[in-house]
Amino acid sequence: MSDAGAAPHKQDFEEVLDRSDKSVAAFEGHEKNLMDRLQHFLHGNPTMVPVIVLAISIIAFGFIAGDRFFSAFNLSLIMQQVSIIGILAAAQSLVILTAGIDLSVGANMVLASVIMGNLGVQLGLPAPVAIGIGFICGALAGALNGFLVTKVRLPPFIVTLGTWNIFFALNLWLSGAQSIRSQDIDAQAPLLKFFGESINIGGAQFTFGSMLMVLIFAVLWYVLNRTAWGRHVYAVGDDKDAAELAGIRTSRTLVQVYALAGLVCGIAAWAAIGRVGSVSPQSFQEANLQSITAVVIGGISLFGGRGSIIGPLVGALIVGVFNSGLRLAGVDVLWQVFAIGWLTIIAVAMDQWIRKVSA
Amino acid sequence: MTVQPILTARGLVKRYGRVVALNHADFDLYPGEVLAVIGDNGAGKTTLIKAISGAIRPDEGEIRLDGQKVDFRSPLEARDAGIETVHQTLALSPALSIADNMFLGRELRKPGFRGRWLRALDRDKMEEVARQKLNELGLLTIQNIRQAVETLSGGQRQGVAVVRAATFGSKVIIMDEPTAALGVKESRKVLDLIQDVKSRGLPIVLISHNMPHVFEVADRIHVHRLGRRLCVIDPKKHTMSDAVAYMTGAMEPPVEAAVA
Amino acid sequence: MKKTVLKAGALAFAGATMLALSAPASAQEVSACLITKTDINPFFVKMKEGASAKAEELGVDLSTYAGKIDGDHETQVQAIESCIASGAKGILLTASDTKAIVPAVKKARDAGILVIALDTPLEPIDSADATFATDNFKAGELIGQWAAKTLGDEAANAKIALLDLAPSQPSVDVLRNQGFLQGFGIELKDEKMIGDEDDPRIVGNDVTSGNEEGGRKAMENLLQKDPDINVVYTINEPAAAGAYEALKSFGKEEGVLLVSVDGGCPGVQNVKEGIIGATSQQYPLLMASMGIEAIKKYADSGELPEPSPGLDFFNTGVTLVTDQPVEGVESIDSEEGLERCWG
Repeated sequence: MSDAGAAPHKQDFEEVLDRSDKSVAAFEGHEKNLMDRLQHFLHGNPTMVPVIVLAISIIAFGFIAGDRFFSAFNLSLIMQQVSIIGILAAAQSLVILTAGIDLSVGANMVLASVIMGNLGVQLGLPAPVAIGIGFICGALAGALNGFLVTKVRLPPFIVTLGTWNIFFALNLWLSGAQSIRSQDIDAQAPLLKFFGESINIGGAQFTFGSMLMVLIFAVLWYVLNRTAWGRHVYAVGDDKDAAELAGIRTSRTLVQVYALAGLVCGIAAWAAIGRVGSVSPQSFQEANLQSITAVVIGGISLFGGRGSIIGPLVGALIVGVFNSGLRLAGVDVLWQVFAIGWLTIIAVAMDQWIRKVSA
Repeated sequence: MTVQPILTARGLVKRYGRVVALNHADFDLYPGEVLAVIGDNGAGKTTLIKAISGAIRPDEGEIRLDGQKVDFRSPLEARDAGIETVHQTLALSPALSIADNMFLGRELRKPGFRGRWLRALDRDKMEEVARQKLNELGLLTIQNIRQAVETLSGGQRQGVAVVRAATFGSKVIIMDEPTAALGVKESRKVLDLIQDVKSRGLPIVLISHNMPHVFEVADRIHVHRLGRRLCVIDPKKHTMSDAVAYMTGAMEPPVEAAVA
Repeated sequence: MKKTVLKAGALAFAGATMLALSAPASAQEVSACLITKTDINPFFVKMKEGASAKAEELGVDLSTYAGKIDGDHETQVQAIESCIASGAKGILLTASDTKAIVPAVKKARDAGILVIALDTPLEPIDSADATFATDNFKAGELIGQWAAKTLGDEAANAKIALLDLAPSQPSVDVLRNQGFLQGFGIELKDEKMIGDEDDPRIVGNDVTSGNEEGGRKAMENLLQKDPDINVVYTINEPAAAGAYEALKSFGKEEGVLLVSVDGGCPGVQNVKEGIIGATSQQYPLLMASMGIEAIKKYADSGELPEPSPGLDFFNTGVTLVTDQPVEGVESIDSEEGLERCWG
């Protein structure tokens, strides 16, 4: 028994601690061969994986398919071709970072584009108004997803599977399955096709749509990495209970994420009209899954909380490069689909490998 | 002249259906002390702690902080009032860095335009403050303030959680089973940390099953049984087996220790 | 008291019997089913309209079903089963999977239901009682012939891009593609397969899913392979619209012959505006309404519909629509096309 003012005493059995090994951990150094070093480097910089894959594939296809592939024009064309999926991948990334998934991004986008088209062309509203209403519809659709996930507490997969169908049906109902022709858009609301315009630099042709894609990724990178809200998004995806206990209002953050994703889909809708040239209710039916592919290849974990948003931009480009390269090399469409399938699996496997770092 | 308790609760009742988790429970915490709360499983001590940390609202009874009546509708309100909790699960986000976790939910923004309009985080400042606080409390083994929390050992993580609570807690710190998952050396470090925090004047409520640790650091021990405070004992005047006996009902506490 | 109850009972019984006897008269109303591939494609939307209008006119009770996407075979099987159960007299079907649907069709026919394939023949074609279809091969041939004749001597040096439907090569895809090539004068290897030709004039094939987005992408891809393409065949008019946007962005919209199949109103409008050179117009409304008529006839008299002479299906007609007619290929101009168009 000691008196109250004495310094803390150790338990008797802890006397030996003075003589104990003080080092926290000791490792037998072993020869780090090239693979180990590579694994270590990639572990510290996981976004390098898709970047390296992109670089290697561009070079490889340059050899295989020649300078029809490796020209400024073709590379900028690839950017154009992936621009819509790229923007949707940005929206999808936000949701996947919270350990959710959004199967409705494509349907949301098409619905918004049909709304914009009908308001701007059929009803003759001023184009900025039509576009603005399209944005709002996209955000509201996203907020609906968020509400169902947080308040009704349904799994995101189920919710967005349902809203995919709902948005799709609304799309058909509003559009009557009819496209709005390019020439009619030119006559009534040419602003709708804005993102299809392009500028030529050197031999490359950059559409405003491609530039928009890069801009959206830049803005989202800033938000996710340089603002508190962005940290909260990662925290909610990483460990929702911990985030809640730490004082983050997880439900509110989740609804905001889904609504923001929906808004990005609305922006994608405007870009899609420019890319396709018409308001087409039948296009982009595979966009939902393609956006998920780009996100996964870009290295964002489906379990949430990890990954850089720049990854999916690179992921979308990788898919575009593979499609273009294989095609210019004369490979049949079937094998392109085959290749993308394997790419996706390898991407996830690589992600698992670099997480296992020794020493 | 008696010292007033900084945090008291009188007559707390909480029912879950037909189960009465808190049965007119009382609680007193005096400034600058380490109060251990012990009790067998199901005694209601977790519920008591949840009530004073704002995680649940009692059905009856009152809680006073610094003499003022308080009614916490959420843990955030308790936090804003100065009561910080180190949860058993630590509430740390594994993939985020130490600095990120320190300031999670209370991030610092850059001053001026960039902070207000662009809402930019002041990461340098947060990292600096985090490093400083960790140093103050002797957690020098952590090298890189940017490393992800999941790369830390259990004891280091506990350390980060405790430092976080000590940094922001202004009135009371509650620690729920801080050494439960730790080995001998790491537990030692956490106990030293508790003493450091105490020496800075913050009272600590310590919930623990580990009798040796409790008897080492606590100034008083609140024994909780059957939903109420059974007694408060002085670790210098009772033995560990006494405490266990009171806690489990094997023995009745002596009159001067029994309360209400 | 007892007498009153008995009387009331007898009256009620008589009344019920009369009702029961009269009911079959209205149950004699003919019911039919229309099962399309999807509800999205305007072609099928028009088919539904045509069938509904005719059904109302003839007093036929029509139920409609559709798959969710092109290729949704399961929903169509379930629809056939529902129709059998509901006692329909006839089924009009555009099959997503023309081979796999045959067993379900057989079940319906065994139950005495008249099954008519619309637009897409089943494989084998006689699995259905009758087929009312566009001659898709002829549709391709007409635009092929038009393209070759328009180029004249230059047809020997043409560079041709083929924008098809899907990697799975459904029958409509194959028929139109091979018809076009034959009409243009290119030797077919296996006329049941797309892409096996080796004529050097063909730059390549790509798939479009039959929509604008796919059309744009496929055209871009083929232009990358060879920027000197001057003839573009497209599976349908939405794909052609997308292809045109790609041509425009490459600065090549003049000097390229763009041909298509469908004859929908937006497509014919594009012919009028010079975007599409020529398109083969088909008549989904006619297909559907004739189908309903055939079912009513079968229900009334048991008479089966006859195929067109020399063909194993009933040809609902295909017409070339172009504002630049060529000799030897019959066509109508875009004005007339607009009058007869659908969608």
